[in-house]
Amino acid sequence: MIDYHALAPELLLAGTVLAVLTVDLLRVEKYWVAVVGLFGLFLSFIPVLTLGFCDTLTFCEDTGTRFLFGESYAVDSFSLVLKALFLGSAFVAVLLSVGYLESDRFWQGEFYFLMLSSVLGAVVMASSRDLVTIFVALELVTGPTFLMAGWRKGDPRSNEAMLKFFIIGVLSAALLLFGMSLVYGTTGELTFAGIRAEAAGIRGGDLEALFTVGVLFTLLGFAFKVSAVPFHFWTPDTYEGSPTPVTAYLSVVSKTAGFVGLLAICYLAFRDATFLWGPALWVLAAASMTVGNLAALRQTNIVRLLGYSSIAQGGFILVPFGAAVAAGVTDVQLEEAFFATVTYLLIYAFMNLGAFAVIIAGGNRLRSAEIGDWAGMFGYAPGLATMLAVFFFSLAGIPPLAGWFAKFVMFRAVLSVGGGWAAALAIIAAVNSVIAFVYYAKVVKSAFMDPAPEHVAVADLARMPTVPSLQFALVLTVAGVIVLGIFPGIIAEIGELTKTFASGF
Amino acid sequence: MTVTAGWYMALAASLFTIGAAGLLLRRNALVMFMSIELMLNSVNLTFVAAGRELGVLEGQLSVLFVMVVAAAEVTVGLAIIVAVFRNRATASVDELTGLRG
Repeated sequence: MIDYHALAPELLLAGTVLAVLTVDLLRVEKYWVAVVGLFGLFLSFIPVLTLGFCDTLTFCEDTGTRFLFGESYAVDSFSLVLKALFLGSAFVAVLLSVGYLESDRFWQGEFYFLMLSSVLGAVVMASSRDLVTIFVALELVTGPTFLMAGWRKGDPRSNEAMLKFFIIGVLSAALLLFGMSLVYGTTGELTFAGIRAEAAGIRGGDLEALFTVGVLFTLLGFAFKVSAVPFHFWTPDTYEGSPTPVTAYLSVVSKTAGFVGLLAICYLAFRDATFLWGPALWVLAAASMTVGNLAALRQTNIVRLLGYSSIAQGGFILVPFGAAVAAGVTDVQLEEAFFATVTYLLIYAFMNLGAFAVIIAGGNRLRSAEIGDWAGMFGYAPGLATMLAVFFFSLAGIPPLAGWFAKFVMFRAVLSVGGGWAAALAIIAAVNSVIAFVYYAKVVKSAFMDPAPEHVAVADLARMPTVPSLQFALVLTVAGVIVLGIFPGIIAEIGELTKTFASGF
Repeated sequence: MTVTAGWYMALAASLFTIGAAGLLLRRNALVMFMSIELMLNSVNLTFVAAGRELGVLEGQLSVLFVMVVAAAEVTVGLAIIVAVFRNRATASVDELTGLRG
């Protein structure tokens, strides 16, 4: 029998996707499509809560981890936390899109349909516990985003962003799938639990080489998805060319979905193969941080700057994975690393969505994404400039904004592992935190201290209001960044819940 | 000489390499796209060969999922190529150089 309660978030979201299509057919103002979408996201959030607080509810039978469809689909605290994160981030992403899509002649109904389908993929991703489910979920996340990236159909830059994203996206799917087929071929199992059990017998056998190639190709596929250097080259182009709300969505929901898949595969399926993925992800983490930050230093376009910044942030998220490089890493240390990655992902969602909300609000006024044009923003839009400072300093990891706690747990995880390689990674991360501060601070300094450029009509800009949906998104993210920064205990407690996942089945 | 699963695996790996080479070397978006399809199909061959060798159905079952996803990607991909072609009247990726830095 199917446990419908455990499946309720996905079912409600799938219902919303269909409802959005139906509302689009009616002769109503198109923003109602977004309203239905937002309502559906809220509705899907309710079963996530009831499942999460199952032990305190009378009508709910607490059965611990709920497995569905054999062992392919698991609803546990890890997947629930991530589902909440995906639904919440998607809520903000829809809020960001409303004003943008209203501002020009866009196909609106289809946009929300695609975005919600992609969110459905992310939600499924959090529960996937076998290779085929995780692959289908990942493709459901990325498939619709290819089209969303090219939503400005007449704009050659948007076309280019879309085509590059598509080719790289499908290539990474093929690499991932090739790795998965080799892993299946050598272990004979598709479920993560089965792979873990079989992988132990492969060491030292004939199939070890083939299994190693399979693991590495799987990692390669995910490396493209999370845009880790050197598989990042599509990221800045796609981020710059896409509509900005889509960029926000890509850099948060789609990227987090990639990391969730990586977490599940590394910590469950390849749990006993840390000697394979530890070093591989160590290199990716170090390269992503360094290249992302150095390239961000010389950007003049603020969206492109955030593109490189998100590559660098992805590097920071990979650091705890890389810490597993040391031989004989213990279960407790792996749990700590897992906790650090999940915590970082949760905080990153708030601050990055917020940063994009500010950029969309600023872009609406200035019609420009050049950092030079953003100078003197504090003079005519003090609220917006302050929020820009909040999010950018949070991304840089300055207390008391939420970003500091993300960096703190990241450093704690890597240092608790100890050893030369982990220490080296910690040093690289520390140096990069300083570099990152330079370019974040440069934008903030320009917005606060420099005079506005002459072609910017300051008086007109001061009168321009921010779209209500955008204001709502800004309030949500600012509140999140400040509250979580001052009371990091909240996020630590949520992260703590997911820790049991890392100890395996 | 009997054809064992190893031969199928080798063939799949060759097809995958041909596909990857085509993707890297060809400059026409349509041909690049066909190369990717070749890579996906080589994966299917690996899955089927492994499933047959192991005597379980999961391998064959996975192929159905891969085929459906690949079909969905074809629809998206062709739509994208058509959209690009409308603006530029070319399917060569070498001319897509508006974004850089």
